[in-house]
Amino acid sequence: MSALTLFDKVWDFHTVGTLPSGQTQLFIGLHLIHEVTSPQAFAMLRERGLDVLFPERTVATVDHIVPTENQARPFADVLAEEMMQSLEKSCKDYGIRFYNVGSGNQGIVHVIAPEQGLTQPGMTVACGDSHTSTHGAFGAIAFGIGTSQVRDVLASQTLALSKLKVRKIEVNGKLPPGVYAKDVILHIIRILGVKGGVGYAYEFAGTTFEQMSMEERMTVCNMSIEGGARCGYINPDSVTFEYLKGRDFAPKGEDWDKAVEWWTSIRSEEDAVYDDVITFDATEIAPTVTWGITPGQGIAVDEAIPTTDTLPESEKAIAIEAYSYMHLTPGAPIQGTKVDVCFIGSCTNGRISDLREAAKFAQGKRIAQGVKAFVVPGSERVKQQAEAEGLDKIFVDAGFEWREAGCSMCLAMNPDKLQGSQLSASSSNRNFKGRQGSSTGRTLLMSPAMVVAAAIKGEVADVRELMLQEAVL
Amino acid sequence: MSSEVKAVTGRGIPLIGNDIDTDRIIPARFLRCVTFDGLGEQAFADDRTQTKGEHPFDQPQYQGANILVVNGNFGCGSSREHAPQALSKWGIQAIVGESFAEIFFGNCVVMGIPCVTASAEIVGQLQTILKNNPQTSITLDLDAMQVHCGDTLAPVFMGEGSRQTLMTGTWDSCGQLIAQIDQVQATARQLPYMDWATRVA
Ligand code: SF4
Repeated sequence: MSALTLFDKVWDFHTVGTLPSGQTQLFIGLHLIHEVTSPQAFAMLRERGLDVLFPERTVATVDHIVPTENQARPFADVLAEEMMQSLEKSCKDYGIRFYNVGSGNQGIVHVIAPEQGLTQPGMTVACGDSHTSTHGAFGAIAFGIGTSQVRDVLASQTLALSKLKVRKIEVNGKLPPGVYAKDVILHIIRILGVKGGVGYAYEFAGTTFEQMSMEERMTVCNMSIEGGARCGYINPDSVTFEYLKGRDFAPKGEDWDKAVEWWTSIRSEEDAVYDDVITFDATEIAPTVTWGITPGQGIAVDEAIPTTDTLPESEKAIAIEAYSYMHLTPGAPIQGTKVDVCFIGSCTNGRISDLREAAKFAQGKRIAQGVKAFVVPGSERVKQQAEAEGLDKIFVDAGFEWREAGCSMCLAMNPDKLQGSQLSASSSNRNFKGRQGSSTGRTLLMSPAMVVAAAIKGEVADVRELMLQEAVL
Repeated sequence: MSSEVKAVTGRGIPLIGNDIDTDRIIPARFLRCVTFDGLGEQAFADDRTQTKGEHPFDQPQYQGANILVVNGNFGCGSSREHAPQALSKWGIQAIVGESFAEIFFGNCVVMGIPCVTASAEIVGQLQTILKNNPQTSITLDLDAMQVHCGDTLAPVFMGEGSRQTLMTGTWDSCGQLIAQIDQVQATARQLPYMDWATRVA
């Protein structure tokens, strides 16, 4: 059993008591809600005549269904409009802070909470969305929950949970050029598998994560859930504090000093005990691309699609399913695979640093003919910042569309969708069958820089080659 | 407030394959709704279209089945409770599998749907029995922690906490949680950040 880790400390701080079932009743410091998983929760509250216990600890926004082109109300999609109105009404009825479209603060829930300083070290965070693990980048314990649990948090500010085990994933060393946070997490999931993390919280430790910016850390923690781990976190350090300082909800003045002291004290101890420890070497990680229908089906961009005889027994059936769904040939190189759509955005890679990195590669280039490419900022603030830096212009000049903030084609609950069996190079987090809005649509996950490389060549390309060409020019 | 779930008996429906994710159980376009009603018909919508009537959820021999038998990492992906809600509205009352994704499992339990695990070998046996003789009666006994189907009588597993909530009828956690409001307030008062937050707002 783990001891003295950040997970253990934060868990203990938030423990209200033990329920008769033996589960822990855990206090939730920050509750985030959006339009998809909360309407039914509010309906359950109303049905039972319950109130929201700590309305000031819940923050709402809209992201999944928001169109990224025409945002005029009422939305063209009547169902989407109904969901909007439902959330607007509930927030008003219960006195919940709501960042609506056009407020200047709207965006993907996992982008806006960090950028406003709502997410802080040592907090427990819950949201009716599996990528809540993102907030672990701050040294918070952040859980994705279902709708009945959203109801529980609204009504009691607590959840009934069983404690997780803690696995330390240590990555050391400097990432080679062209290799990003996204590649690190895709690599980890490739090796540990999509169910490797079930029952665990992942603590990401080691010099590679220490050298990462907060936004890179968020990319890593965001995809913990794709590896089966309900939450992932990184111990808070000076990078975390630097990022938080001055943000809207960050503590100020004397409180700031007390906060830093507390945040430092909750770090995992030197002699912490873990249920498991796994180590990776950063220099061995390459730009990674998925070829299949789970985020664990990834390979280095210069590798071939694995044949079944190279796969462990347990991976064979899903590989065969993937070859046929993806129309890809085992043994063939992934590089050179034609792409139809290129998508940059999502809570994994829709932050300002992602757009800056993508723009570097798009600058002065032109996307290949026949490719549809678009950039969707993760929030209204990201959009505004990108425009202030002229990134929108770089993208548009290169042939990308520049959109409004939202989840967009990450899961296509809005007008942004793949058509038929189109193949997309996507900076998002899931390549499940039908994920991007067409039941035969195909998704290849990769870093934003790799998406730009694919857009320019019209096929899966190695961003390192693009870097070499740049250096020669 | 919720009822005790000690055993589920009925007929089984086998669904073969690892890593069946929540996007497949209920595709995202059906999440455009403000109630869970009507999700039953949309369970596995895309898989069913693609298999043209050959999906177990469409096959006549499995209509009316209430125990789903699945393989590994079932329910991975999104936190959408729409997934277990869709299964439940279709008629599923219990799931036996090799393993479950964490959030999916929690969502099921809080709805009163037991998800128990069994060895790959046992799951395979159950799936074969249900394939060959769909009418075979199947019982999941949470008291004895056993599954019984045809000639197979085998142990099943589930975290003790979750099992207790089902057995004692306390799986609907809400009532228990709000009963502790005083302790909740006390815990909140001890958290340093509660203080900073009120000063900021
Ligand atoms: S961007 Fe994608 S993964 Fe993130 S919250 Fe939106 S839909 Fe979910």
